[in-house]
Formats: sequence, C-alpha cells, structure tokens
Amino acid sequence: MSFELILFYLFATVLTVAALGVITVKNSVHAALLLVLTFFTAAALWLLLQAEFLAIALVLVYVGAVMVLFLFVVMMLDIKVEPLREGFVRYLPIGAIVAVVMLVEMLGLIGLKTMSAQALPADPAGASNTAWLGKALFTQFLLPFEVAAVILTVALIAAVMLTLRRRVGVKSQDPAKQVAVKASERVRIVKMESASKGGTP
Amino acid sequence: MITLSHYIVLGTILFCISVAGIFINRKNVIVLLMSIELMLLAVNTNFVAFSRFLGNVDGQVFVFFILTVAAAESAIGLAILVTLFRNRATINVGELDSMKG
Repeated sequence: MSFELILFYLFATVLTVAALGVITVKNSVHAALLLVLTFFTAAALWLLLQAEFLAIALVLVYVGAVMVLFLFVVMMLDIKVEPLREGFVRYLPIGAIVAVVMLVEMLGLIGLKTMSAQALPADPAGASNTAWLGKALFTQFLLPFEVAAVILTVALIAAVMLTLRRRVGVKSQDPAKQVAVKASERVRIVKMESASKGGTP
Repeated sequence: MITLSHYIVLGTILFCISVAGIFINRKNVIVLLMSIELMLLAVNTNFVAFSRFLGNVDGQVFVFFILTVAAAESAIGLAILVTLFRNRATINVGELDSMKG
C-alpha cells in the first residue's frame, strides 16, 4: 500500500465522519465548524488529484468566505434548537433507507469490479495546474467566465438589497437630492424694509 | 495505487450522506443549506477526478463555475434567511406557511 493510498483513506475517513457530523449534530455552530473540516479535507483530496488551483480556491472561497458567512448568520440569529430537532428521530429511518438504497444503486452503476482497474494517468497539466486551467479559462471559456463575473455582481447587489432595512423615522441624508440641488433652491432672497440707524427701535 | 473508482465511490458516499441530511433535518433551513453545499462538493469531487482521469481541462473549468454559482447561491440564501428571521422570528420550515402552499 503506497503512501498516497494511505493518505487517501485517511482523508476519505475524515471527510465521511465530518459529513456525517454535519447532518447529525444538534448545535448549528458545531455543524458549520464540521462543514469547515469537510471542505478542508476535500481540498486535501483535490491536492492528491493534483488540482492545486481548485484546492486552494476551495479553501479561500469556502472556508474563508462562505463558511464565515454561515457562522456569522448562525451566531447572529437567535435560534431555538429544540423545535428544529423535532421529527429528527421520526425521519431518521426513512432518510437512512433512501441514502443506503441510493448508495447501493450508484455503486452498482459504477461497478465495484472496476475498483482495481487502472491507476490514474500522469498529471495532464504538466508543470503548472494553474497555467493549464488559466489557458482554457481565458481562451475557450472566456464568455462563461465573464458571465460568472456578472452573476457574482448580481448576487452581491441582491444580497445587499434583500437585507437592507428601511426604517421609518430615521433622519438621514439623501445624496441624490444633495447632488441635484440648484443655487436658486439654496439661497432665498428676502425683501425687507431698511432700518434707520438713529431711529427709535 | 489510487484509481478513478476510489474518488467516484467517495463522491457517491458524500452525496448519499447529504441526501440523508436533507431528509432528517427538514425543519432547519441552515442545515438544509449546508447539505446542499455538501452535495455540490460531492459533484465537484467527481468532476475533478474525471478531469484528471481523462486528461481534460473542461472538468476543472466546470468546477470553477460551480464554485462561483454556489458562492452566489449561498450568499443569497443566507440573505433570504436573515430577512425571513427578521419578519417571522423563526427558521422552522414547518412554521413558514404564510404562502398557504
């Protein structure tokens, strides 16, 4: 058994146990932290597949951004856990049955015979996985890449607009009005009688 | 010697775990979102493994786009969750029946 295979089984075990923990633990914060472990282990497995760029991207995007967002929301909302746990035991058997049946069906499709078929070929990327991926991304997949940028921008605006709260009775400035103001609206000229200096007040 | 099947079987197991998670945590929206992320991770692992096996870059490019869309999806999902909690003070799926569906 090669060192690589030992590493694979180690990471696969951690990944499976952590994923099982995510769906079974009671506390949502613990579930989020276990999901961080899952993503981190998956990134290690992708490194074993020599997909370096995506492994680091997974750590940066998921562990660094998405899971922090999850933790932030879980901690910000004051959630009572007990009502959310009801039906857990009731749905556990059917969930387990569906999962096991699906697993057996999929393993049947894959065919366990091919398990020992052939080793993975040498790394097709050659020296740099990032250069390999980048060349494809900026030539063949340039349009989808730009569409992805648009999707991210739309998601950003949507997330801000969804959580924006307009409260009544709050004094705030309207920048649009401030910019559009004209001089005639700012200065008001008032006609009034001139007062004499030595006169009676 | 690691073969392609190792990774596919691992992805299958991960996918089935997340399906079970959707079944048994059907009251908690946060864990449902987490299960969806796990499903996407399982699919991504398959894509990366096949990309390596076939020596084709397209699989890894696809994973890149899945990561982008999944990040956008979870950001909007959590924003909806925050709005929901602000209006209804609950994230229990059983109590979210204002649309009478």
